[in-house]
Formats: sequence, C-alpha cells, structure tokens
Amino acid sequence: MHRTATDSGPMRTGASDTTRLAFATHGLTKVYGEGRAAVHALRGVDLEIPQGEIVVLLGPSGSGKSTLLNIIGGLDRATDGTAYFRDQNLSEMSDAALTRYRREHVGFVFQFYNLMPSLTAHENVELVTEIAADPMDPDEALRLVGLDKRSDHFPAQLSGGEQQRVAIARAIAKQPEVLFCDEPTGALDSETGRAVLQVLHDVNARLGSTVLMVTHNASTAAMADRVIHFSDGSIREVVRNTVKLPPSEIAW
Amino acid sequence: MSPLDHKLLRDLWRIKGQATAIGAVIAMGVMMLVMMTGLTASLTETRNAYYERYRLADVFAPVSRAPEHLGDRLAEIPGVSAVQTRVQGRALIDLPGEVLPVHAQAVSLPEHRRPALNDVYLTDGRLPAPGRPDEIVLLQSFAAAHDLHPGDHLRATMNGARRSFDIVGLAQSPEFLYTTAPGELVPDDARFGVIWMGRRGLAAAYDMDGAFNEALLGLARGASDDAVIAAADRLLKPYGGLGAYPLADQTSNRFASEEIAGLEASSTSVPPIFLAVAAFLLYIVVSRIVQAERGQIGLMKAFGYSNGEVGLHYFKLILAIASGGALAGCLFGIGAGRAMIGLYSDYFKFPFLVFQLDPAAFVIGVVVSILAASGGGLMVLRRVFALTPAEAMRPPAPPDFSRTGQVGRALGRILDQPSRMVLRRITRQFGRMAGATIGIAAGMALSVSMITIMAGFNRTIDLTFSVTDRSDVTVTFTHPVSDKTLLELARLPGVERVEPLRHVGAVLRNGLITYRGGLIGLPEMAELYRALDRDQAPIEPPDHGVVLSRALADVLNIAPGDTLRVEVREGRQPVLDLPVSGVAETLLGAPAYMNMAALNRALGEPGRVSGAYLAIDENSETAIYAALKDLPTVVGVSLKSQARDALLAQMNTGAGSIRYVMGSIAFVITFGIVYNAARIALAERARDLASLRVIGFSKGEAAFVLLGELAVVTVMALPLGAVMGYYLSFGIAQGFSNDLYQIPAVFDPASYGQAMIVVLLAAVVSGGLVKRDLDRADLIEALKTRE
Repeated sequence: MHRTATDSGPMRTGASDTTRLAFATHGLTKVYGEGRAAVHALRGVDLEIPQGEIVVLLGPSGSGKSTLLNIIGGLDRATDGTAYFRDQNLSEMSDAALTRYRREHVGFVFQFYNLMPSLTAHENVELVTEIAADPMDPDEALRLVGLDKRSDHFPAQLSGGEQQRVAIARAIAKQPEVLFCDEPTGALDSETGRAVLQVLHDVNARLGSTVLMVTHNASTAAMADRVIHFSDGSIREVVRNTVKLPPSEIAW
Repeated sequence: MSPLDHKLLRDLWRIKGQATAIGAVIAMGVMMLVMMTGLTASLTETRNAYYERYRLADVFAPVSRAPEHLGDRLAEIPGVSAVQTRVQGRALIDLPGEVLPVHAQAVSLPEHRRPALNDVYLTDGRLPAPGRPDEIVLLQSFAAAHDLHPGDHLRATMNGARRSFDIVGLAQSPEFLYTTAPGELVPDDARFGVIWMGRRGLAAAYDMDGAFNEALLGLARGASDDAVIAAADRLLKPYGGLGAYPLADQTSNRFASEEIAGLEASSTSVPPIFLAVAAFLLYIVVSRIVQAERGQIGLMKAFGYSNGEVGLHYFKLILAIASGGALAGCLFGIGAGRAMIGLYSDYFKFPFLVFQLDPAAFVIGVVVSILAASGGGLMVLRRVFALTPAEAMRPPAPPDFSRTGQVGRALGRILDQPSRMVLRRITRQFGRMAGATIGIAAGMALSVSMITIMAGFNRTIDLTFSVTDRSDVTVTFTHPVSDKTLLELARLPGVERVEPLRHVGAVLRNGLITYRGGLIGLPEMAELYRALDRDQAPIEPPDHGVVLSRALADVLNIAPGDTLRVEVREGRQPVLDLPVSGVAETLLGAPAYMNMAALNRALGEPGRVSGAYLAIDENSETAIYAALKDLPTVVGVSLKSQARDALLAQMNTGAGSIRYVMGSIAFVITFGIVYNAARIALAERARDLASLRVIGFSKGEAAFVLLGELAVVTVMALPLGAVMGYYLSFGIAQGFSNDLYQIPAVFDPASYGQAMIVVLLAAVVSGGLVKRDLDRADLIEALKTRE
C-alpha cells in the first residue's frame, strides 16, 4: 500500500481549504430499530470529501460504510447530524429535493447490479439518460465500458461482469458529479473486477467525477486518492495516497 | 418509446398469464353490465317503436254494445287524439287432430282503410278484401304453432255458429305479443289464436251491426289516463261499459313490460355485484403485483425518478390490464347483447329491432375497473414511497414469525415442517390470507346465489304444479254455469274428482294503489287447488275476507287485517270491501282467493261456477278430452302438463333465461379468482420454494407448502362464501321475480354443495396449473432473483 501521509484523527480528512468540498458531514448518526433491538450503523461521523477524488471506504461488514454511502447519496436519511453536498444540507431536504439531487448530481453502482430485468442493456442506460440534464449518448456510455456490441442483450443474457459494466455505464451516462459504488467488484472475478475499476478510474479522469467506492477488497485502496477505514460505525483512520496505482496493477 | 414504456410492455408480457386472468374477471363483470343494459335499453326502445309505428291504443274501453255514433262523442273527450271502434268476440277454433278446442279472439278491421289504432303487421299474404266475410288474417305465432298458412281453411265457432274461413294472411300485432287462453296463467302461442276479419262480417256474427263492443283511444301527449278513462266510463256506462283501462293494464303489454322490467331489475341488481367482486379481486391482485416490484421501485427512485413518475408508470400498467379487460368486456357485452337480443326479439315477437347501447354502461365498467385497480396500486405505492430508496431496494425483512413460536412448538409434535410453514404463514400473514379468503368467498357467493336461483326456478315449478295445484285438468266454462254441471263432469268415466272454482275479473284497490286482476273463489276443504301458507299448510279463505298471494300483497302494499276494495267487473259489478285474512305463498301469478260460496253471495249469483279442477285417471285421458270437447258449455280445457311445459318454456326463453348466462359468468369469475389467488401465492413464494427444493425437498413436498396454503384458504372461504351467498341470493332472486312468477331464494343445501364443488374444482385445476409452473421453475434462476 502506498501510504504517504496519515491524518492525526478520524475527524479530519485533511482536504486543503482551497479545494472545493464535494461532501461534508458532521455528527452523522444512523440507528436502525428501536429500544433494545436498536442497531447503531453510524455513530457520529465527521467527514470531508473534496471534489474530483477517488475515495475508497474500507471496513468489515456492518461497519457502516454502505449506510454512509446511502445517506450522502440521498437514498436514506440520517437519524441525527448533518450531511452537506457542496452547500446543500441533505438532512434538511424534502423527498422531492432529494429526488432532484439524485437525478441531477448522482450516479449509483450497486453490488448486485440492480438492472431492470425487463430492459436491454441499452434501455437500462436510457432509463437514466432520459431524465438527466446533460447525459452522454447511451451508446457512448456502453462503449466506455466495452459493451457497445452487446447493447441489445437483456441482463439475463449477460455475465455478472457485463451486468456490472452495464450498471456502471448507466451510472456514468448522466455524467454525474458524484459516482457512488457499493461493492462494485464484490461479485466479480479478479480480471473482470480490474476492468470495472479501470472504467471507474477513466470516468474520474475524464469527467472529473468524485468517486466514492465501498469495498471489502483492501487492495482496491491502491487506486484511491483517499482511503477511509471504517469500523463499528465510526471512521477509524483516513489515509491519503500520494501515489495511485492504475487498476491494472492492483493485486487482487 | 421511453425505456419505462419498454419495461411496461415487457412486464405485461411477463405477467401475461396473470394479467389475462385478471382481465378476464374484469371483462366478465363489464360484459354483464354492458350486455344487460344494452339488452333492456334495446328491448324497451324496440317495444316503444313497435307500439308507436303500429299505433297501439293508450286506453282500452270494452262495452257490451254501444251505437257507432258514440265514437264521435269519445273523440271529443279532452286529451283524446284518435278513436277506433271495433267489434271483438270469443271464438273457438276447431283444429283437426287437436283433441281440445282452441280459444281465439276475433277482432274486426275497418273495411276500406287501415285501423286508426292497433294496426297489424302483415308477415304473409294480404288483408281481407272488403265485403269478404269469409276471409281472415291469423296471428302469425298461432299459425306457426299449428303449421297454418295463407290458402288454408279454418273452421271456427263464433257466437254459437260454426263457420269456415279462408286464411288470406298472417300478421303480428303489438296488442298480442303474449296470448293467454282464458283460465290460464301462462302465455302459450299454441293455445290461443287471434283472428282478424272485416268489420261488417264480424259485426254480423256477433249481432253488432251499427254498434261496437270495444273502443280504442289514443291520447295526446301529456293527456291524463285517469281523466280520459273516467270520461269514457261515463259515456259508455249506459251501454254496459265494462270499465276502460290503460295500456299499462292490458294483458299482453303487462307481460311484455314485466318481462322487460324483470330483465331491467336483473340488470341493475346483478351486474353491479359481479363488477364489485371483479373490482375487489383487481384491487387485491394489483396490490400484490406492485408489492413484488418494490425493489425496482426503489431503484427507479434511486436514479432520481419522482414518486409521480413511478406512480404514473404503474398506473399505466394497471390501466393496461383494467382497460384491456374492460374493453374486452364491452366487446363481449355488445356481442352477447346482440345475440341475446336476437333471441329475445323472437321471444317478444317484435317484427323489427332497434339496437341500442347504453354508453353509461361502458363508462361505468371502465371507470370502476380502473378505480379499483388504481386503488390497489396506490395503497401499495404509498407504502413503498414512504420507504427511503435504500430500504425499498433491500429485500423486505423476513416476516416476523416469532409470535407463533409457542403454537409452532406445541404443534411440532403433531405437524411436520412443511405443515408448520403453511400454518405459520396463514396465522402471521393474516391480512394477505384474509384478502385471498374473502376474494374466493366472493366468487363462491356468486356461484351459490346463481345456483340457488336455478333451484328457485325449479321450486316455483314444483310448488305450483305439484303442491298448490294437484289437479290434472282445468276446465273453463263459457260463462258462469250452475254447479249441477259439475255432476256432468264427475259422471265422465275416468274422472276421479271434481272441484269447482269461481273466477271474476276485478280491480283491486288499496288506497291509491290499484291492480287489475281477479278473484278466485275456492270451495271449502279443497283438495286439488289450495291456497298455501309458508309451511305449505292449506289456508281456508274465511266466510268474510280475502286471502292474497304474497306477490299481490306486496304490489298492493297491504297486510292481513287491512281492508281491500274489490270492484268486480262482471255481472252486476258489485264493489266489495273485504278484510285481508291471510297471505298465501303462491309463486305463479298474483291471485286473490275467496270462499266460493261467499263470492257467489256477494255477486248475487248463488251456485254458479266458472270452471273446475279435475283429477283424472291417466288411461282415460283421450276419452275425457273428447267428451269435454263436445260439452257446449266448456270453453277451455287446460292440461297441467301443458301449462307446466309452457311455464318452463317461458322461464327458459324469457327474462328467466338470462340466469344461464349469469350462472356461466359467475363460474368464470369464481375460477378467475381462485386461479389468481394461486398465481399470487406462487409469485410470492417462488424463492422460498426453490430454496426448499435446493435443500433436498421433493417437488411434491415443495408443492405441498404452496398448495397446502391454497387448500386452507379455499376451505376457509367455503363457509364464508356460503354465508355471503345466502344474503346475495335474496337480492338476485328479487331481480328475477316478476308479475308472472316469483323466484324464491330458498335455502337449498344442494345449491351450496354444488357451489362448493365449483370452488373446489376451480382450486384443484388452479393448483394443478400452478404446480406445473412450480415444477418447471429453474431453481438457480429462482434463487438468483432478488425479491
């Protein structure tokens, strides 16, 4: 791992003041259930993520990384604390405003692809480009992930890696400012996994999108600008990489 | 096309089996509505057009003998727009090969012009030539029943004289849609003929030269029936006026109107029930379909689709299924309506047909379907929208079965694992199970009530011809005769028992409600024809008082203890005030019974009878008929077996016949509901069942978990459906009852048994279809599918 600097505490991500922040959270808390059955998924997370970076969130199952992703992605609401996207407070947004936020700014890639089974690869991408403000051509998005030849296939006719690439094409086609990826390579073999990471890397480089990636796979951290270690609902450590490895060189 | 619309089409294709099943149920409900409203609208329009085109009179004024010039006086009555005087009389037609004489009514036609009122529609041949008293036109339905044609000869007795006629034409008439022989309750084409002939010839036959014995009045728009009738009665009274009556009381029109009203009653009461059941099913099924899409809804929301956009997407899905079903229903309804109206117009003997559709039926059918479906979708969407997209995309938490733990442990010693799965699902997911149970119960209720109605028709026949009337033959005399005639009948070899009856035409009044019918006088301790109470015990009409049939008591809104005013229309026309002493459960017609001796006393005609009931020895049948035919006083002989057949034919071709169509639709809906319940259960449990297969359960064992659930739901639905059907059958029976006959909603265990068999059969077939799909399911695919 190419670690060059470690911040002193979990409170600060160490973004310089001149860098614009994509996200900032303060005391972000999420509790599922009530009373004795309550589960604390996030226990007061403070975090700043600068724009245009690739950020990897690492940690064991149940450490809260997906929950954080869901909240700042506008898919879920925090129990307490604030989360800002630039200068907009996500915690105070109405459902309609959150919908608009997701529609205008955010792309998602899920671990289980979550493609619409009844739509072809092309149509799955179209599903998003249709409602986006400044989308790229769906064919272009599929070409970026190397699937332009299979755009007429239904999810059932695609392999797991191909399905995930369709999901990425779908996420990047709207040219989002932020790309959230929850275990994007979790269900893939190493070779396909690397190809998927390469696409994410290219999107970050080409479009300048901020990429937040939740993963179990510690070696993925090598391609990140910043690595956030989670455990038990809190940030344990934030590491900044001064040297990033291209995905093709990542050990699996 | 937007990708969401692609998704919509492909989703529809994916759930095509279920969508078709739902669409079919909706289609049945809508079809029923469209068919019935179209049918009644068309029949009403056709009848009205027929009446108008052939100028059917608005008021009929029979009189003993009035001079012709009185016609002009009648025309001067304010509100009267047309007058046609005519001669009419009873005749007996002597048909070779018929053992019994056949009744006919002879009606005059003007010599040189078409009648101003009550015109005829010639179906064959021509009208009688002026000055040819031997030429007649015969009622077409009667001619058809006896295979008579223009060119044939006909022998008839008019006013005691035997004459021979040439048939020159056949005709239909709006006045004789139904023909009923005297002394009979059920119309029968073969048993009553109508003869039209020139006025001069007929007047000669009935001693009516320069006179008439019936005036027909046409009214101006907005004129009052009652005022004209009162004025006509005043004018005709000195000439033996028998009481003018409006078209509404005319026999043929009353039957026709009652039949159409019966259809209308069935069309307003029954289809909404069917549609409501279909709508309820749609509500449940759509809510389940949307429920299953929870993950995809979350995903669309994650991409930034708004609630409105997602809602619209599913609304389109609902719209496609509901409107598809409703449109199919409209088309089927129009098709079925056209087919039915063809049958009915033959039955009503309409010479032409005005086909009419009720646009409201389409709108109601489509709107109700879409509302019900949208309601089901909306309820679920609201629940899903309340979740954050993150939650919606996660599979729902496993349902909490912990509270059944105790039950499970207790039963664990008795039940195996799959049985416990069935039991726990039923107890814990009570709402879903209740929905399925109520749905199937509603289908069962439809079947129960329709089968009950079928049994009700049989009961009407049985009660009428086996319990109330136990005679074999009813004899009607030309006029009230001395009761000594009975001895003559009793002496005929083979006649086992003779009981007299006295019948008089009368207008019955309770306050402002009037009914034109009659009184039947029955002897004491009658055996052959009796008034019966609810428990089928005979009611003896008392010395002073009248026993009314249930139908009549309902029409007059009168109860035992009240006083009924009876205006007799025969003889010296007394007006009697009689206490209602009881109500008889009569299912045929709407008779009123009196003690015969008391009736004769009131009429001042002691010892007179107008007919007799006979019990005869089957072996002497032919000899008895021949002897009756030769008795000069006998005007009509009706056989119970013929009357029974005529009523059966009436029920099976008239308004009652719709019960078969409705019954079939009820079965289709019942099947649709059960099949849908099974499909939903499969869709919801496919993953669990695949898991069971993967861990080593056999196909049969996995199917048991699914079918066991269906079986339990079905079994729970049976008693509920029976109770619902019990109440439903009263409403439907009401819709099928009319002036001619009543259909009782009796608790008939066999009906319930049959309905249960229908439901169980539907469950077995549905279970089989679903099991086939389950066996074919790809285990790996099923397990991969999230949600």
